Amino acid sequence: MPKLAIRPRIRPRLGVLEAAATPHGLDSYLEQVNPLLVTGECRAEVVAAERGTEESVTLTMRPNRAWRRFRAGQFVNVAVEIDGVRHQRCYSPASPEGRNATVEITTKRHPEGLVSNFLVERAQPGMVVGLSQAEGDFQLPDPRPDSILLIGGGSGITPLMAILRTLLGEGYDRPVALIYYAPDAERCIYHGELERLAAAHPNFQLRRSYTRAPGTGELDGHFSPLHLPQSDPDFSAAETFACGPPALLDAVRGTWRNGLEHRLHVESFVPPSFVPVGEPGEGQIRFADSAVEVTNSGESLLSQAEAAGLAPEYGCRMGICHTCTCRKRSGTHKNLLTGEVSSAPDEEIQLCVSAALGDLTVEL
Amino acid sequence: MTTALPTAPPPPSLTAVDGLTTNPYGLTPEQFEQLGTELDAIRGRVLADRGQRDADYIRGVIRAQRGLEVAGRGLLWAGVFPPAWLAGTAALSLSKILDNMEIGHNVMHGQYEWMNDPKLSGKQFEWDTACPADQWRHSHNYMHHTHTNIVGKDRDIGYGVLRMSEEQPWKPYYLGNPLWAALLATFFEYGVALHDLEVERIAEGEITLADKRELLKGIGTKVRGQALKDYVLFPALSGPLFVFPLAGNATANIVRNLWSFTIIFCGHFPEGTHEFSEEETANETRGQWYHRQLLGSANLSGGRLFHILSGNLSFQIEHHLFPDLPANRYGEISVEVREICERYGLPYNVGPLGRQFGSVVKKIGRLALPDSPGTFARGVGAGLGGAVKRGLSLVKRAPLPGLGTRTS
Repeated sequence: MPKLAIRPRIRPRLGVLEAAATPHGLDSYLEQVNPLLVTGECRAEVVAAERGTEESVTLTMRPNRAWRRFRAGQFVNVAVEIDGVRHQRCYSPASPEGRNATVEITTKRHPEGLVSNFLVERAQPGMVVGLSQAEGDFQLPDPRPDSILLIGGGSGITPLMAILRTLLGEGYDRPVALIYYAPDAERCIYHGELERLAAAHPNFQLRRSYTRAPGTGELDGHFSPLHLPQSDPDFSAAETFACGPPALLDAVRGTWRNGLEHRLHVESFVPPSFVPVGEPGEGQIRFADSAVEVTNSGESLLSQAEAAGLAPEYGCRMGICHTCTCRKRSGTHKNLLTGEVSSAPDEEIQLCVSAALGDLTVEL
Repeated sequence: MTTALPTAPPPPSLTAVDGLTTNPYGLTPEQFEQLGTELDAIRGRVLADRGQRDADYIRGVIRAQRGLEVAGRGLLWAGVFPPAWLAGTAALSLSKILDNMEIGHNVMHGQYEWMNDPKLSGKQFEWDTACPADQWRHSHNYMHHTHTNIVGKDRDIGYGVLRMSEEQPWKPYYLGNPLWAALLATFFEYGVALHDLEVERIAEGEITLADKRELLKGIGTKVRGQALKDYVLFPALSGPLFVFPLAGNATANIVRNLWSFTIIFCGHFPEGTHEFSEEETANETRGQWYHRQLLGSANLSGGRLFHILSGNLSFQIEHHLFPDLPANRYGEISVEVREICERYGLPYNVGPLGRQFGSVVKKIGRLALPDSPGTFARGVGAGLGGAVKRGLSLVKRAPLPGLGTRTS
């Protein structure tokens, strides 16, 4: 899982005003006027929420001026507040890169997807969400390569759409192909647009496989090397971008071997796990900032950190004073006081009363 | 509201040495256990129920504080007009009170950490007062809340400068107790900032100022920023009329100091609150820990606005039982806590501000004097002897410790 980086604040030269606004900072006054006025934190306003089906929503968001450069293919963290609690999830925008661009994300309903369900049900124009800067090395290179191959599965198509829209929008005239796997045409999010693009751009080759509706696409079945465009031009020399479920990516990696690895760029698209992944006493605990990893003993994270030779700050050791609070990046933890179990990524936890259930990474 | 519950038993005969005991109301081990379970259940229920209304509450208070601050500074800019000066000073005083009490103190306790909003994270919050937030979190969240009312460990007992408990041995210095208290109240933000400096240990020669270099550096940076804002930048905006905002800002800081001193001293020092010794609390259970918090704290009765301006420290008992529950919940759970106290025969110390503070003032005066005339004579003797000894040692190792050369 990519982590949320808290980026250094962008500070325009407002030294005197900041000194007058100490200790809270100018932003904390500006946001009372309008939450989008802040300069040190990226936020975005939803300007359109299209519900193609009852199961999904496509949000068009306009970021505030703290937003920096976005490269097609990168991802962002979107933060929303649900019942008072801030939750954030990664999304790969499908919108093209460019100046003053809006950011478009699509999300589908998921049985336990707190954030996606919230967005599908509640997102509407005017809503303000938190946004991270765009991150990730999975991005369209500059200068543009001579030929480009895109391989996607399911919702993994979104960063590929960003790449495709960017290329075709800027008049890229060299070969580009998309091989896309979806259960059926109804669940192909960009069905209409893809067909229009293929019709309008002779250099764009579209090949779809509907795995649950054989015979309805250009291809059939799951990924195989035979699905690659064999004809001229030779796509084995293309910069290849693949994004989708783990099985698809494994199959693609198995094909790009023997010196071709450097042409393949992969983004895994694994949804966060919502259920406890282990028992106390199982898994590895990673103290990320110290680059220390230990086998989970099931004891409190504070005891385990100390046993590993780290010296985290602590106070009461009984869940009162919050001196030992740290940010958990990923993994499932159990609050030993309340018994509460949580798998949410990027969450503040009290080390002294938290134990790991399985693998866990904490910023310490 | 009444100070004592009708069902509360008469003060029990104290059995342990020096008048301190962990169990003045004679709870059985089972009752301690059950007390812990019952209070844990309240805590668990509120934890599970935290949500939008708590988030809306704290954001609403922050919004009110920012609004009052902007309005106050705007009015003080035109402070040459007396009504503007008065209204501006009042708004800025309220802003600072809200900032320190209901927002800063409570956010830094981690009461809103569950919201996962970095701006409301207890560890990152900074407040509009001289004390750097990180030092406060140590001296208050840990030292004071874990070791509440343990003489020798809880530095809130007198802040190192006052005698607030019979367990602090009397010495002639404490004759100035009322004066020191008045000074501490007026400059309370600096008293709080210097909390961890352990001035009394420096005075005794146990440590030197140089040992506290890092701490002082942090305080210096924070105080500089605060002073620049209140005493240079905003006055400068008024040009030749700078003296009006300057006086308004200084007044607002002092009003906040007097208010927070009053509220905080009413939390643990009215008559009837108990102190404890290190030995008797060494191996306490969770139930006993709750019991100590109950006996060591006192509440203030009042209206909704009063509770907000006191940072809900008017529910000091509930705050000490559950320091990290959102403060806006203390009022609700106080009903249950009181009922529990009634059932266990424990006192629930509550009264209006005037009465509680009056009893604090009385205590400050009473403890200025030795507990018996004999102590007075011995104290004066020892005090003079000690002072002479310290004076001689200072002369011997001049320059002053910690200022010029380091002596240890």
